[in-house]
Amino acid sequence: MAEIARKVFSKPKSMKDKPFHFCPGCHHGIVHRLVGEAIDTLGIREKTIGVASVGCSVFLYDYFDVDVLEAPHGRAPAEATAIKRVLPDSVVFIYQGDGDLAAIGTAEIIHAANRGENFTVIFINNANYGMTGGQMAPTTLLGMKTATSPYGRDFRREGYPIKMSEIIAQLEGSAFVARGAVNKPANLNKTKKYILKAFEYQIKGMGFSFVEVLSACPTDWGMTPVEACEFIEREMIPYYPLGILKEKKVPDHL
Amino acid sequence: MEEKKIFEKGNIAIAMAAIAAGCKYYFGYPITPQSDIPEYLSRELPRVGGVFLQSESEVAAINMLLGAAATGARVMTSSSGPGISLMQEGISYMAGDELPAVIVNVSRSGPGLGGISPSQGDYFQATRGGGHGDYRTMVLAPHSVQEMWDFTIMAFDLADKYRNPVIILADGMLGQMKEPFVTRMPEPIPYPPKDSWALTGAKGRPGRVIKSLYLGHLELEKHVWKLNEKYERMKKEDTRWEEYMLDDPEIVVVAFGSAARIAKTAVKVARQEGYRVGLLRPITLFPYPYKRIRELSEKVEKFLTVELNAGQMVEDVMIGVGARSKVYFYGRPNGVGSLPTPEEIYNEIIKTLKNEKVPVNEF
Ligand SMILES: Cc1ncc(C[n+]2csc(CCOP(=O)(O)OP(=O)(O)O)c2C)c(N)n1
Ligand code: SF4
Repeated sequence: MAEIARKVFSKPKSMKDKPFHFCPGCHHGIVHRLVGEAIDTLGIREKTIGVASVGCSVFLYDYFDVDVLEAPHGRAPAEATAIKRVLPDSVVFIYQGDGDLAAIGTAEIIHAANRGENFTVIFINNANYGMTGGQMAPTTLLGMKTATSPYGRDFRREGYPIKMSEIIAQLEGSAFVARGAVNKPANLNKTKKYILKAFEYQIKGMGFSFVEVLSACPTDWGMTPVEACEFIEREMIPYYPLGILKEKKVPDHL
Repeated sequence: MEEKKIFEKGNIAIAMAAIAAGCKYYFGYPITPQSDIPEYLSRELPRVGGVFLQSESEVAAINMLLGAAATGARVMTSSSGPGISLMQEGISYMAGDELPAVIVNVSRSGPGLGGISPSQGDYFQATRGGGHGDYRTMVLAPHSVQEMWDFTIMAFDLADKYRNPVIILADGMLGQMKEPFVTRMPEPIPYPPKDSWALTGAKGRPGRVIKSLYLGHLELEKHVWKLNEKYERMKKEDTRWEEYMLDDPEIVVVAFGSAARIAKTAVKVARQEGYRVGLLRPITLFPYPYKRIRELSEKVEKFLTVELNAGQMVEDVMIGVGARSKVYFYGRPNGVGSLPTPEEIYNEIIKTLKNEKVPVNEF
């Protein structure tokens, strides 16, 4: 009997007991949870400050029981830079979508990475603008139809899908860069490790840590949750390969 | 702090005053005619344990300001013309977030790239909110290097008092000219503690949020009215202006900042010659001294507004005056060689007195 009553699953302590507003099959909720688990594992709830971006994840503060600042669209790396500079002992993370980080906020993320700002970035690549109704993002795959690329993305018109992790990794200032996915348990477990490691890098003062997560947006992709996971496996991962792209062994200031 | 008399540029006075006011954080991007401010602070802030960071753009600078302000720290940025335009989205967020910070606009001439000469063309932008949505920022307009110092210190207190961005609207003339000034501490303005809202990590308390998004039923309206209450309080408690030779005037010159500085000489000369002329100089451009203008308009028939633009503050003078008096305008919209001399303003005063000018409020 005791065995049956054993609790095997609960929300991370750093998260509020509130149901997610995300669409069914959306991966934002899974990644939120992975962030919450990392905060719990490292015991850093009381010094963590999150910066939410504008996109489907804008309600970060509804789900995390940590201090949260809402940044304008694309600018979270600037807010995080200042927070971490003012409060160097805090643990700062930002959570951005691909419209936010790879389009309107390209300058801010590149320069924060290049300065080696010591905070953690969770970057959700769902290949479109979820919140505004599924328009094309810089990460939209070639041929992919979106609300603003109804004929399918064509490199002659819209250019190529941008590989942010590769760009960030080649900047001298970045310390840890990885790309994961949560479309199946094996990928999820690796992504969980990447996120934990990214926070550990920050705590050790190693510098800029960045985790990209390939995420499903079944609603705007017009797929079922299962089809969306398969789409990530079949279409996204071959173009956006998973794994650790960079891990510095010693911080630059040593 | 020991009071000293210093001979320096207005920009340096602002930078020094920021440190004296306890500001340890500065984020900004170079632009003429204000670059002395970041240059000075890049040297001096590290010496007081502060942070100077040259951002990649003014967009980034204002968002860094937002982030630092959210921790409760005193923080400042400075820019001019195009840079201030780029900051407007962030300023709107900060007003919505109720975050205090000081934003210095050592304004230059526009529109577009315009030029680097002194101008007051940013009056509307500064006093009407500037960015999107229903908000105001407090605006202080110095007219001397001493006031660049004084108002910077005041601006930090006022920002904290109202939890709102405060703009110092100076211009290239005030920023670049050298004058003696005293490093005095003005009367402190009390402000509430920040520990009830600042984001510092949720130690021993639930997490808190600083945001401007309100999607619930009636939520945003409530929030906007709450902001508005602060603007009403600013009007009651912190409207400031200076009166110069204003006894029994036949004509009132209204001017702020550099224009007021030049107009003062013109008014003085006209007085010496026996003309009953005085100057009203708004110090806070928001809140604006409408009430004082209204009072004066009950006795005075003529108001001459002098501005370094094509006519912006004159609209506020018209609001204050209503239908009681005649409003005249003399403007010199920016550009090299366009700064009026005291003689030119003197001539406008005389022309107005002799009914040789057409009032702008007779439609
Ligand atoms: C300056 C500005 N431009 C545009 C918008 C509208 N907008 C809100 S969210 C968004 C895109 C969000 O997409 P993404 O960052 O990919 O996040 P997702 O919703 O997919 O998680 C846009 C364009 C805005 N809020 N602000
Ligand atoms: S629109 Fe897409 S990204 Fe947004 S919540 Fe729904 S599934 Fe998730």
